[in-house]
Amino acid sequence: MIRLEARGHAAAGWVYGAPVLAVGLTLVFGAALFAALGFDPLEALGVFFLSPLNSAYGIAELAVKATPLALCAVGLAIGFRGNVWNIGAEGQLVMGAVAGGGVALALYDVDGWFVLPLMMVAGMLGGMAWGAIPAFLKTRFHTSEILVSLMLTYVAALALSWLVHGPWRDPEGFNFPESRLFHDAATLPILWEGTRLHLGAAFALAAVVGAWFVVARTFIGFQVKVLGMTPQAGGYAGFSQKWVVWLAFMVSGGLAGLSGIVEVAGPIGQLQPTVSPGYGFTAIIVAFLGRLHPVGILLAALLMALSYLGGEAVQIGLGLPLAVTGVFQGMLLFFLLACDILIRYRVRLGGKRRREVPS
Amino acid sequence: MIPETDALAALLVAMMRAATPLAFAALGELITEKSGVLNLGVEGMMVMGAVSAFMVVVATGNPALAMLAAAVVGLLMAALFGALTLGLLTNQVATGLALTIFGIGLSAFIGQGYVGTPIEPLARLSIPGLSTLPLIGPVLFGHDAMVYLSLAAAFGLWWFLTRTRAGLVLRAVGENPAAAHSIGYPVRLIRFGAVLFGGAMCGLGGAYLSLAYTPMWVEEMTAGRGWIALALVVFATWKPGRVLLGAYLFGGVTIVQLHIQGAGVAVPSQVLSMLPYLATILVLVLISRDATRIRLNAPASIGKTFHPGG
Repeated sequence: MIRLEARGHAAAGWVYGAPVLAVGLTLVFGAALFAALGFDPLEALGVFFLSPLNSAYGIAELAVKATPLALCAVGLAIGFRGNVWNIGAEGQLVMGAVAGGGVALALYDVDGWFVLPLMMVAGMLGGMAWGAIPAFLKTRFHTSEILVSLMLTYVAALALSWLVHGPWRDPEGFNFPESRLFHDAATLPILWEGTRLHLGAAFALAAVVGAWFVVARTFIGFQVKVLGMTPQAGGYAGFSQKWVVWLAFMVSGGLAGLSGIVEVAGPIGQLQPTVSPGYGFTAIIVAFLGRLHPVGILLAALLMALSYLGGEAVQIGLGLPLAVTGVFQGMLLFFLLACDILIRYRVRLGGKRRREVPS
Repeated sequence: MIPETDALAALLVAMMRAATPLAFAALGELITEKSGVLNLGVEGMMVMGAVSAFMVVVATGNPALAMLAAAVVGLLMAALFGALTLGLLTNQVATGLALTIFGIGLSAFIGQGYVGTPIEPLARLSIPGLSTLPLIGPVLFGHDAMVYLSLAAAFGLWWFLTRTRAGLVLRAVGENPAAAHSIGYPVRLIRFGAVLFGGAMCGLGGAYLSLAYTPMWVEEMTAGRGWIALALVVFATWKPGRVLLGAYLFGGVTIVQLHIQGAGVAVPSQVLSMLPYLATILVLVLISRDATRIRLNAPASIGKTFHPGG
């Protein structure tokens, strides 16, 4: 018989121990999954987790994939702290790509230093505009931000699909549903020659540092935290739930939008029907795995980036479907949530069950 | 007038078929939520139901067995969710999201070899004399078994919730778990049962997609229907009859936009495909505008963790 005993206080060690334990359990179950499929588990895990990193290019790719994850997750974490559930970061990412990409295409003949900053700002505004819809409906009509932000993800994907199939299709592109390739003036500079590591990675780092500063050192971070724990207390202190909803959606929408334009102005270089393999959803896992803390998020983003590279590696190396990435990501989040119980409860095995006396 | 009634009948039949997966999933989620648990993993359970039903029907050719497999797989997925949220007291929103991510990944993983495999769609009822009647024949007597099953489930759940003692206990657990616990009801066990039922129904909803609605398997074939089902429960203010009504409404929107696409109207197909999602947002806004109404109808403890030991 397994019993749970309340600790009465949060165990600080497990706050950081739980993610490590969760990663360990994911490795064990991942090995079991590979063994069940008839692969040597250690070799398969090696292909998944180690082989992507044995070259400079691979390490740069890790940063390339971690960039959008960290950008999205840093924003989402602010909302999650305040019990605001933006799960439509994927849609905000797409709209950021659309808005920023739209600027790149509109200024196709213009060669100037200002093109790129303009695209970045437009990308952020696009994400913020898409995030403003659930925020407005939540604060004005009490509509569930979870469902609205999620529905808008499908709408955003369809909008992008329509644009690249129709008005924004490359006129010289042999009817492929893709926009023109962005000019050099509209492409993010490469930071590491010979790889795809681009300036966007610096944006992600800046977002992490900025978020850390806001959360740890400013009154805004305090307000969000209080409202997440006890909405009434915030009300008495004079800061409202509405303000936190707007704050969360503007920050997370803006950062998700930025990650979208960073993707199309960086590794992709044009608008395509799909600009993200679900970064906006994976960022939810990243936010939790990183304990909603900016620095934790950075580490978690690198780990999740590895799960994408690992998925590609086992697809090429072992002929497994790319979807193995989603399996690993889902497992990891499950284990993390389960391990979190160790923060607030002791798990006791065996022993006689105490009779519960009403106090 | 026969061609016109035929067209109308075809439209109604298509609408009912589009509504059936939503009805299954939303009815299941309704029971889960009535017990006070919010499971956002509907999409993941549906897509797992869809792939497992498809795999079983390819292997055995037996649709009844495929439906059973989908229900069992949905139930197992829900058991995972229940063990985490009820046993290990995890956050319900985050765990539900994990279930969806996991389900989409796992279904794509195990279903990889089945993409493009053709199957025989679920057989439709044919009663001599009745099924061939104009209009009411196809609409009332010409469906496959799962459509009737979803209708029966809506009626059965209405009866269960409003007319039986067990239904009353379920509602009490959702309204006030502490009170239900104090008079001796096993709150977590009851909630676990409600979660399992919800999972089985989501599995069946997914099975309808891959066995009947579009008899094939493709990755992420649920395309957000799980989330629409979640919205339907709110839209229906947690009442089975209205869940069915909502599902038919959405079936109608889906079919009408498909017909407009088919008719070659000069609106881009992507814009028309947005309609079901936009309609979901619209009805959510309309229903949530009235905060008191939601408060009166929503299970009071929904989404909150309950642990008798504190």
